[in-house]
Amino acid sequence: MDLISIVSIFVLACFVGYFVVWSVTPALHTPLMAVTNAISSVIIVGALIAAAASGNPVAKWLGLLGVVLASINIFGGFAVTSRMLAMYKKKER
Amino acid sequence: MSHVHRDWIFAVTFSPDASMLPGPNPGLETAAAHGQPAWVLLAYLAAGVCFILALRGLSSPATSQRGNRLGMIGMAIAVVTTLLTHLPRTSDFVEVPGTAAFRSGVDWVTAGLILAAIAIGAIIGLVTARRIQMTAMPQLVAAFHSLVGLAAVLVGAAAYLNPEAFGIATSFTPIASQTVVNIFPVSRIELGLGVAIGAITFSGSVIAFLKLNGNMSGSPILLPARHLINLATLGAILLLIAYFTQDQSPWVFFTVMALSFAIGFLLIIPIGGADMPVVVSMLNSYSGWAAAAMGFTLHNSAMIITGALVGSSGAILSYIMCRAMNRSFISVIAGGFGATAASGAGGEAIDRPYKRGSAEDAAFLMKQADQVIIVPGYGMAVAQAQHTLREMADLLKAEGVRVKYAIHPVAGRMPGHMNVLLAEANVPYDEVFELEDINSEFAQTDVAFVIGANDVTNPAAKTDKSSPIYGMPVLDVEKARTVLFIKRSMGGAGYAGVDNELFYRDNTMMLLADAKKMVEEVVKALG
Repeated sequence: MDLISIVSIFVLACFVGYFVVWSVTPALHTPLMAVTNAISSVIIVGALIAAAASGNPVAKWLGLLGVVLASINIFGGFAVTSRMLAMYKKKER
Repeated sequence: MSHVHRDWIFAVTFSPDASMLPGPNPGLETAAAHGQPAWVLLAYLAAGVCFILALRGLSSPATSQRGNRLGMIGMAIAVVTTLLTHLPRTSDFVEVPGTAAFRSGVDWVTAGLILAAIAIGAIIGLVTARRIQMTAMPQLVAAFHSLVGLAAVLVGAAAYLNPEAFGIATSFTPIASQTVVNIFPVSRIELGLGVAIGAITFSGSVIAFLKLNGNMSGSPILLPARHLINLATLGAILLLIAYFTQDQSPWVFFTVMALSFAIGFLLIIPIGGADMPVVVSMLNSYSGWAAAAMGFTLHNSAMIITGALVGSSGAILSYIMCRAMNRSFISVIAGGFGATAASGAGGEAIDRPYKRGSAEDAAFLMKQADQVIIVPGYGMAVAQAQHTLREMADLLKAEGVRVKYAIHPVAGRMPGHMNVLLAEANVPYDEVFELEDINSEFAQTDVAFVIGANDVTNPAAKTDKSSPIYGMPVLDVEKARTVLFIKRSMGGAGYAGVDNELFYRDNTMMLLADAKKMVEEVVKALG
């Protein structure tokens, strides 16, 4: 992908983000923070590439540490979000 | 690792001596990263779409669980795609470019290490998520933000040390000398920004965590000339990133990193505890921008889409919080709020007459009421009073009283904090209302029950132009026939350091005790 396509995706995604986030109900703002936190750990992609690459052992170990940190966030973030969301209930009856 | 195209110069100058080369084959790696096969691009795009739908699901509690699952699917797609396209390879044999020999030899040791790293993270993450108390959610979110920031810094450092693996460099080997690796100028800017934002996110979130967790005083710490120091540091970071495009030596890169760690720390220490909703949202936003910057480096659409989503999410939440306090973002970030106001407004308000009531009085008043609106604040979270509060509400409902909850956007220490705590205590979410939806109802309400909130109920925000909170949207609790206000003691003002006009009104009854103890006594008196 060239730089222009990348920038286009970024700009359009900012607009999508703007509209999607405004539509989130205020009652769910805490789960919103937890889940955005989990998905921003998609940075694990970079850590996986660094960990898998040969050539520089320091870079590899930095990558592996990055994988651990991002995984904590991914699993922890999604799990805690789902735990919170499970608590939101409508009036019984 | 498809062989897309190679500059002829690599073919001429390629050195077959593997020890001279940092990566398997720089020319090929570059081509591979920027000319990924279509299915890989589509997979990352699909992951990005899943993330959009995950946030979209949060528009209502009914669809939120499904959204969260889509988020997990998106993450699985991104991780599996990366694992498949970046299988670690052994390099203990001489690789011949463009031949089958290049493809063979999976490095199972490294592959095992990667899976182990994921497993370690999974265990820590899942155990934390299961054990954490709902009242500690702001700290947890701050801690998670710091991990994203640190991960971004680590990825940035790894990309800087091994740029060929990320496809962000050209390398050539002049005859009879060492291989020269040149990181693309655009990639240097992206790397610099990514590492800077990541480092700020990390150190800022660590301070936010310490303040929220009570390891560090919540009151602002003000350094002399802090604005000057901050601006100078920020300027230095930007100048160094610009200089980085000319000179890729390690000192430039690591100075950017160190200065960014420092500024994250400096930016958050002057900000007080109750401004934390803005800080946490802002750091949320930063963690997104850090991911986006790394996405630019890697030309990865999933990371860019996510970064943009999370970045705008945090920015919008910060905006909502600032609006709810009638403060500008700049004034919150500049910090020091509450520290100066407290010293100014301390003197007057002592010894004004107020009415004090008991739990029995409160129980009697609420039992007689048609409608009670409960106004929770951070004090409820501190006292862990949400479960007892719901018991109280249940007893009132059994007496035929309508019970509603009114939530101010900045009640608590993070956006939506009160809603989560009430949900935890099994309060149905259709009994919980936002400020603008319920404010007009106080006038027709018999009892407003304020528990752990203070500044967000202060009528001075509407009338007193000299008040530091003037103009802030507040809950009109004073319009209710009776206001029951739980407070530990009459001393001690709210976060803004202003005395609350409400305490001395004729229709206010002060219930002076610990929030949880008081509600327990009310429950006893009701039962």
